Amino acid sequence: MSFTEKTVDGADIMLAVSSLTKSFGEVSVLKGISFSLNKGEVLAIIGSSGSGKTTLLRCLNYLEIPDGGKISVSGTEYFSIDSGVPKEAEIRERRLHMGLVFQSFNLFPQYTVKANLLLAAKLIEQEKLKKRLNNREIDKAQYKEEKARTAEMLIQKADSLLSRVGLSDKADSYPCQLSGGQQQRAAIARALMLEPDILCFDEPTSALDPELTGEVLNVIRSLKGKDSTMIVVTHEMEFARNVADRVIYMADGVIAEEGSAAEVFENPQSEALRAFLGAAKRK
Amino acid sequence: MELFLEVTLKLLSGFGVTCKLFILTLVFSLPLGLLISFGTMSRFKPVSALFRVVVWIVRGVPLMLQVFIVFYVPGFVFGTPIAERFDAALIAFSLNYACYFSEIFRAGIQAVPRGQWEAGAVLGMTKAQVFSRVIFPQVVKRIVPPMGNEIITLVKDMALARVISVVEIIKKAEIILAENAIIWPLFYTAAFYLIFVGALTLLFGYIEKKQSYYKI
Repeated sequence: MSFTEKTVDGADIMLAVSSLTKSFGEVSVLKGISFSLNKGEVLAIIGSSGSGKTTLLRCLNYLEIPDGGKISVSGTEYFSIDSGVPKEAEIRERRLHMGLVFQSFNLFPQYTVKANLLLAAKLIEQEKLKKRLNNREIDKAQYKEEKARTAEMLIQKADSLLSRVGLSDKADSYPCQLSGGQQQRAAIARALMLEPDILCFDEPTSALDPELTGEVLNVIRSLKGKDSTMIVVTHEMEFARNVADRVIYMADGVIAEEGSAAEVFENPQSEALRAFLGAAKRK
Repeated sequence: MELFLEVTLKLLSGFGVTCKLFILTLVFSLPLGLLISFGTMSRFKPVSALFRVVVWIVRGVPLMLQVFIVFYVPGFVFGTPIAERFDAALIAFSLNYACYFSEIFRAGIQAVPRGQWEAGAVLGMTKAQVFSRVIFPQVVKRIVPPMGNEIITLVKDMALARVISVVEIIKKAEIILAENAIIWPLFYTAAFYLIFVGALTLLFGYIEKKQSYYKI
């Protein structure tokens, strides 16, 4: 099955990755990764440790600069080795297409949950307003008015996201007062604040106690919808099987198998994938 | 009793100089220390090497000698000595302590997990925004105890300014000793230091407590 152009059902291609490579020194971690993802799809990436899953996500978020290949988001160039490495400001702008939820949450410890959600969103809105002020599109009084209005709007947005992830009562708590599962749900809400086109999860439950993984996976499951495109690197095979529209199995820096969840889980083609799934089941 | 009061007032004026030197040294050396820490952490090797050498020299030479150097060397080299003894001491202390502070800043900055930088970056924040809003507050929390240590040492190092005849509190006591042939004022200076350092200790404790609402 090829995903290069419009897909069979004519859905919009949200993300297209082609021949992506990345090495660290002598070690080649990504050896030519190509796949694409339609709008509203959930892609699960599975594979053993060291297969390059996390590096792939980090490349998608410009936390690593790929050595080769191309990435495009909604048809526009996101990364291309031919265009070289974009400038810092350009990277910042492009990054906003993506959201990333980390394995270790990485909430800002000195801010409340709500302040964690608001910090970056506020800075971005202020920057936009400042630009309009400098371009004389608005005057000082309008700037002040707009600033207050957007601040109010962002607070409402944060409140609604917190209720969506079930943390309304924790809005004023600090990260250290939350359980791991709550922290991760807060981190998901924080990523959603910026309305990324594609939300990436890097092993979102791997740092959690087993009894806390359910609440996080349920939140991710609840985000699924025709407008939210997600990539989830995970070791939770049940979750991948139930939630993902498509599954990629990575091994040793390449996509060893891909297909619908049913295809990959019910009918693995390679011995390696069969062994991997067997081992995952025994855990 | 009258003598005691007179001596106290004289020493107080000396301690005023000590305090002025102390506060100005902090004002200059804290930001300079932060800049030097950026220098030593620079990913551009020649820059970090240069700053490391500077830190090595400044931390490797006795502070007293540095006070002499700053006071006398400009006179030899440029023919114009530093006009004010106080300024020479201030420059020497600021440079010296900036280098010590830079290492504390470096340790504090490097102790913040990389994930904090990355979380800020993927949220579209600039490096400067991440540093000022996310990283630096955590650095402050981490470095309060070692900074407290260093700053308390600084208070007492102020006494070195007397080698170029800055009349701080100990020099003042020595003058009293020379003029009035009484030695107890020299020992009495300890009380001023103890009270000042006691106040600083309370202040650092307060700052530490203010930061204890969150864990890192």
